[in-house]
Amino acid sequence: MPEKALKGIKIVNFGWVYAAPYCSMLLSFMGADVVKVESRLRVDQTRRTGVFVGDGATVGLESSPMFNNINLNSKGVTINLKNPKGIELAKRLVAECDVVMENMRPGVMDKLGLGYEDLKAVKPDIIMLSMSGFGSKGPYGHYAGYAPVFASFGGGAYLTGYSDGDPNTGSGVMDLRAGTAAAFAVLSALVYRNRTGEGQYIDLSCSESVGVLVGPELLEYPLTGRSPERCGNEDVIMAPHQVYRCKGDDKWVSIAVATDEEFAALCKVMGKPELAEDPAYADRYSRWENRKELDKIISGWTPGYSHLEITRMLQAVGVAAAPSFTAEELVSDPHTIAREKFITVDHPTQGKKWVLTPPWKFSETPATIEKCCPVIGEDNDHFFLDVLGLSQEEYAILKEEKAIE
Amino acid sequence: MANGPLNGVKVLEYCENVAGPYCAKQFSDLGAQVIKVERPEGDEARRRGPFYHDEADPEHSACFLFNNTNKKSITLNLESRKGQEILKKLIAKTDIFLEDTQPGTMERLGLGYDTLSSINPGLIMAALTPYGQTGPYRDYKAYYLNTFHASGAGYLLPADSPNTDREPIKMGGSMGESDIGICAAVGILGAYYWREFNGGKGQYIDISKQEAEMAIERQNIALYHETGKSKTRTSNSAVRDILIKCGDGSYIKIVLLPENQWNGLVRALGNPEWTKKEEFSTDALRIKNYRQMEKYLTETAKEYNSYQLFEKIQAEGTACAPVCNAEQVYKSPQAEVRGFFVEMDHPAVGEIKYPGMPFTSSAVPPTDNQAAPLLGQNNEEIYSGILGYSKEDLVKLKEAGVI
Repeated sequence: MPEKALKGIKIVNFGWVYAAPYCSMLLSFMGADVVKVESRLRVDQTRRTGVFVGDGATVGLESSPMFNNINLNSKGVTINLKNPKGIELAKRLVAECDVVMENMRPGVMDKLGLGYEDLKAVKPDIIMLSMSGFGSKGPYGHYAGYAPVFASFGGGAYLTGYSDGDPNTGSGVMDLRAGTAAAFAVLSALVYRNRTGEGQYIDLSCSESVGVLVGPELLEYPLTGRSPERCGNEDVIMAPHQVYRCKGDDKWVSIAVATDEEFAALCKVMGKPELAEDPAYADRYSRWENRKELDKIISGWTPGYSHLEITRMLQAVGVAAAPSFTAEELVSDPHTIAREKFITVDHPTQGKKWVLTPPWKFSETPATIEKCCPVIGEDNDHFFLDVLGLSQEEYAILKEEKAIE
Repeated sequence: MANGPLNGVKVLEYCENVAGPYCAKQFSDLGAQVIKVERPEGDEARRRGPFYHDEADPEHSACFLFNNTNKKSITLNLESRKGQEILKKLIAKTDIFLEDTQPGTMERLGLGYDTLSSINPGLIMAALTPYGQTGPYRDYKAYYLNTFHASGAGYLLPADSPNTDREPIKMGGSMGESDIGICAAVGILGAYYWREFNGGKGQYIDISKQEAEMAIERQNIALYHETGKSKTRTSNSAVRDILIKCGDGSYIKIVLLPENQWNGLVRALGNPEWTKKEEFSTDALRIKNYRQMEKYLTETAKEYNSYQLFEKIQAEGTACAPVCNAEQVYKSPQAEVRGFFVEMDHPAVGEIKYPGMPFTSSAVPPTDNQAAPLLGQNNEEIYSGILGYSKEDLVKLKEAGVI
């Protein structure tokens, strides 16, 4: 059995929806053990959103493939955090772990008695990650945030959209961007802890995690005094640099040209070699200046072919082209299949679920998906009896008192 | 070099533009020593605008200045035999080597993983390419536009389009490329953790840009498997939200689901009559009558700018935010309190505030930040100080076009 890069790292995740669960899932792909703390009295809303398996009658807490896809590899326990005995249990669980994650509104963990200082008291070198829309401090620290909010406040939405259209907040996956940034912060904290013995508190702003992804564009403001505008698919200097309609229903190909050689090759494939000599398009700047005209010419050619045909024709002559793939095309594409991008996991009620494999191919420590998302409370026995060492009687009483619920 | 949790980690970067440099920046901003190996002409990003004061100088590029903070720059021509020899010497002194050349390039230069790992068995080598090191598209050429659309993410944008008449687009600015950089950084730091603390050794990591972006858009794939249909850009996002243009022409985004979001909005607006209409009385009806609601809200928003409306609505607990441009992000009072922007001094552009880290740390707030290096700024320091070349050697290497 190949080794796991992060074997032995234990994460307890009080997080929900997408941001914190995605963060721990990324680390679990490399072997970290994750336990999700939920409660039937406070269910992760993702269990109740998305497309459900089965008809209305079977809709329940275990029916969301969206939840499965963002909580893979995780174990699950149920603790009622409104019950003081539940809080004690949560602390005992934290004491067994290296990392605590949460993405409740700022201040909620403190009020529950699960703030960083409380947790440090039970585990002095604990690493705690808090994720929130705006960060926990400051004038907007207590404000509510979801993906479209981070996208807007962070500066990403303003830059996304057609040049003559409204700004766009994207497809609702900004939380995953925040989760990726958080995963790096947590790993760096683990490295630091192993070197110095010190834990830390990490306070991540999801809006800022969007902002840094458009850092070069933000930096334009202090450098030039201007704020850049949205421009669809266009580039600051490359042209053609656009997505063009192809044969078929709503089928599109992306074509990007940087050099004169690439442009000449494109013109030849289009059967218009003379374009490459035309002073209006002969050099990089002219192509950029006359990009709208150029786009019209290319748009007159692409509908005669499928996006795959155009991709093949252009790649054969060294021009960067790729389809704007649909999900359906991606799952049946020979390249993603050759790269083993999709596997199934067995879910106890949903059956076989197709999921995407991890985004890195390690030569020595393969990143893996070992299991589906947790059924609510499925690991209660293991954690409360084996890990925390409760007696059967204590366990029964805590269930009775709804501390475990 | 910055002070931070990754002090002591040594990274060698041979990358250009955004994804690779942004990956290495994750390390350098947290205190790792990152040596950026540039071709004698420099990273391509140095030739991309916008530029400081609109002067197209290779030391003025916003893209370069942002993605290369806290790094050292050396110039090296890897096409020359001597350049290859020098790179191998540097490899012997590094923990992590990150490169973004097309598959096969490093092998052609005699700098493939097998060769380099025989020099330094503990080496972690990460290759960042458009489609990865294997598979039928391995040799395909791609720029950001292409890999973003090849990931399936572009087909969904602009989200909530009224129809599919217009083309799918990319996320704005550098976002898709930066996504890839940070995704790669997570995997690389995981490999480092294994080597340092879990009894592991060096290894090779193959990262495909297409796959790193697919990871972000993973729900798109899961959704297809459930419905048998591909989502497109007319599909609504999961949480129904609304974009409203305010009186000053700026925009605000307001989240309207679930019901408590709507209730907060109604309170914030002072319970206007239109909100009491039957057609807006349930979540389902509000989704159905979205366009009418948009009209009423736009009428109301005429009296405000987006920031005023933002503070008013958030005060009632409803999630919303102004759609900020770069200037507004810079001027945000929230960023000020969090210390998001970090001032650094650069020889060519002077003291400028840069977007910093999206998180604060109680243990090691990164300090001693350094602006991006000038092209070859650290040649003498690295070649003489670390590899032991004399000043005379450096002149020769320069004359011969090696550095």
